[in-house]
Amino acid sequence: MAYQVNKTIEEINEKIKKGQVVVVTAEEMIDIVEEYGPVEAAKRVDVVTTGTFAPMCSSGAFLNLGHSKPRMKMEDVYLNGVPCYGGLAAVDIYIGATSLPKDDPRNKVYPGQFKYGGGHVIEDLIAGKDVYLVAYGYGTDCYPLTKLETYININIINEAIMFNPRNAYQNYNCAVNLSDRLIYTYMGILKPKLGNATYCSAAQLSPLLNDPYFKTIGIGTRIFLGGGIGYVVWHGTQHTTDVPRGEKGVVKKPAGTIAVMGDMKKMTRRYVRGVSIVGYGVSLAVGIGIPVPILNEEMAWHTSVRDDEIWTQVVDYGYDYPNREGRVIAEVNYAQLKSGEIEIMGKKVPTYPLSSYYMAKEIAETLKRWISEGKFYLTKPVELIPSSGFMCKGLEIRR
Amino acid sequence: MAKEGALTVGKKVILNFPKHTWDKPVVYTLHSKFNLIFNILKAQITPNEEGLMILELVGEEEKVREGIEFLREIGVGVRFLAADIEKDEEECVHCGACASVCPSGALHIDRETYKVIFDKEKCVGCELCVGACMYKAIKIGL
Ligand code: SF4
Ligand code: SF4
Repeated sequence: MAYQVNKTIEEINEKIKKGQVVVVTAEEMIDIVEEYGPVEAAKRVDVVTTGTFAPMCSSGAFLNLGHSKPRMKMEDVYLNGVPCYGGLAAVDIYIGATSLPKDDPRNKVYPGQFKYGGGHVIEDLIAGKDVYLVAYGYGTDCYPLTKLETYININIINEAIMFNPRNAYQNYNCAVNLSDRLIYTYMGILKPKLGNATYCSAAQLSPLLNDPYFKTIGIGTRIFLGGGIGYVVWHGTQHTTDVPRGEKGVVKKPAGTIAVMGDMKKMTRRYVRGVSIVGYGVSLAVGIGIPVPILNEEMAWHTSVRDDEIWTQVVDYGYDYPNREGRVIAEVNYAQLKSGEIEIMGKKVPTYPLSSYYMAKEIAETLKRWISEGKFYLTKPVELIPSSGFMCKGLEIRR
Repeated sequence: MAKEGALTVGKKVILNFPKHTWDKPVVYTLHSKFNLIFNILKAQITPNEEGLMILELVGEEEKVREGIEFLREIGVGVRFLAADIEKDEEECVHCGACASVCPSGALHIDRETYKVIFDKEKCVGCELCVGACMYKAIKIGL
């Protein structure tokens, strides 16, 4: 298809260099396309910035702790009591966002409080705090030390790299509870019999909803990650493409995801926060912003997507979700969700976000500023994120 | 009189008096010793001669604390009728999870700015928001 507007990443970067680039947020782009149409909008705007801030469980960090004297092959590793994965080379570990200390009571006293876990360790590291390290090893001729206890912080360890296998979900379920008891879920506290509905997407500001077919986002895309710079390194786990789509190609249920990576030493605590989800566990809230280059009128059209054009499915977390029943109770759009009330099965249900639109906006604005000030250049992905042929498989329990 | 600049607070408390303390002029000590003004909202003696009193204590924050300590020291059971809720603006990310459980509308989302606002006047101190906040931004005072 021939476009009327044709821009390249190189041309946009040239404009950034000269201080001539025009950057707007995905929220601002809505009105621009409405007023001038996609062709004129694509001529005027070079980059649209997006943002999202929400708990993203599939997150974590690779740490290289540096070699002790004498050396040690660390096997069992704890940071502030939180177990880390040590099945890598001598002093490489991975700390996952949802990891919990062995002595956390979990849900034994229901609902559990989950006061501290992997997400909080990552937040504390980024905040520059001292973190207590305990490591055990079995001892070898080359790595003789078998036990070590000390304090570390992000400035003294060798490397700290955030690596999140699945972030920035393209759309997400709206959760309700049809059962007759209060439930504690990763979608928050859900009151019985449709007492409330929660949702978790920045919708019109959400990165992957502004490029629904991954025409610009791919491996090597430079992004805002946790207040620092990161990269898209792969499609995320559970990446799904073949789902029903609505206006402007927007998916109508959770679909695409990305895996991201970035230097934790450059991040800030404001955008990387450990969270304690009552009755569920711990996780990590991550702030992500992706610049979408307006290469042609088609990208202008995609980035003009509005809350009322983005639909999602309402799912019962009382019975259906835990039992992997695929039932969809209703479809709602984000304008309805953001109004504070939706109607489901004839009942008026109050709605609440878990993802912070306030922070999403702040991230999109920050990225806009970085690009306008010439501090952030766009990259051309070496491979785009796949936009077809991906379905998320379940696990069948074989007996 | 409260000191100039000192924070004056009002706390509703439920006091349980065991038999031996009921006759003491305990409540008046709160005024004479700690400068607290009190309103007795309810007072009754249970069939097994224990006393129950619901009081509102008004005075300097520090003095209210001391007064409550004094009551506990002499064996009076003290429970707060309503928790003193504060939202820490430094920690808050304005996600809205707390508003989803708040029964009084004290916590609500401003649909213009997408900020989550805490209107203390409306708070009934149920503490539901404390557990709902994943960022530990809601604190219980005193
Ligand atoms: S739940 Fe916590 S972080 Fe979210 S808006 Fe309420 S106080 Fe702020
Ligand atoms: S204590 Fe209860 S009424 Fe007060 S803000 Fe929290 S949830 Fe609302």
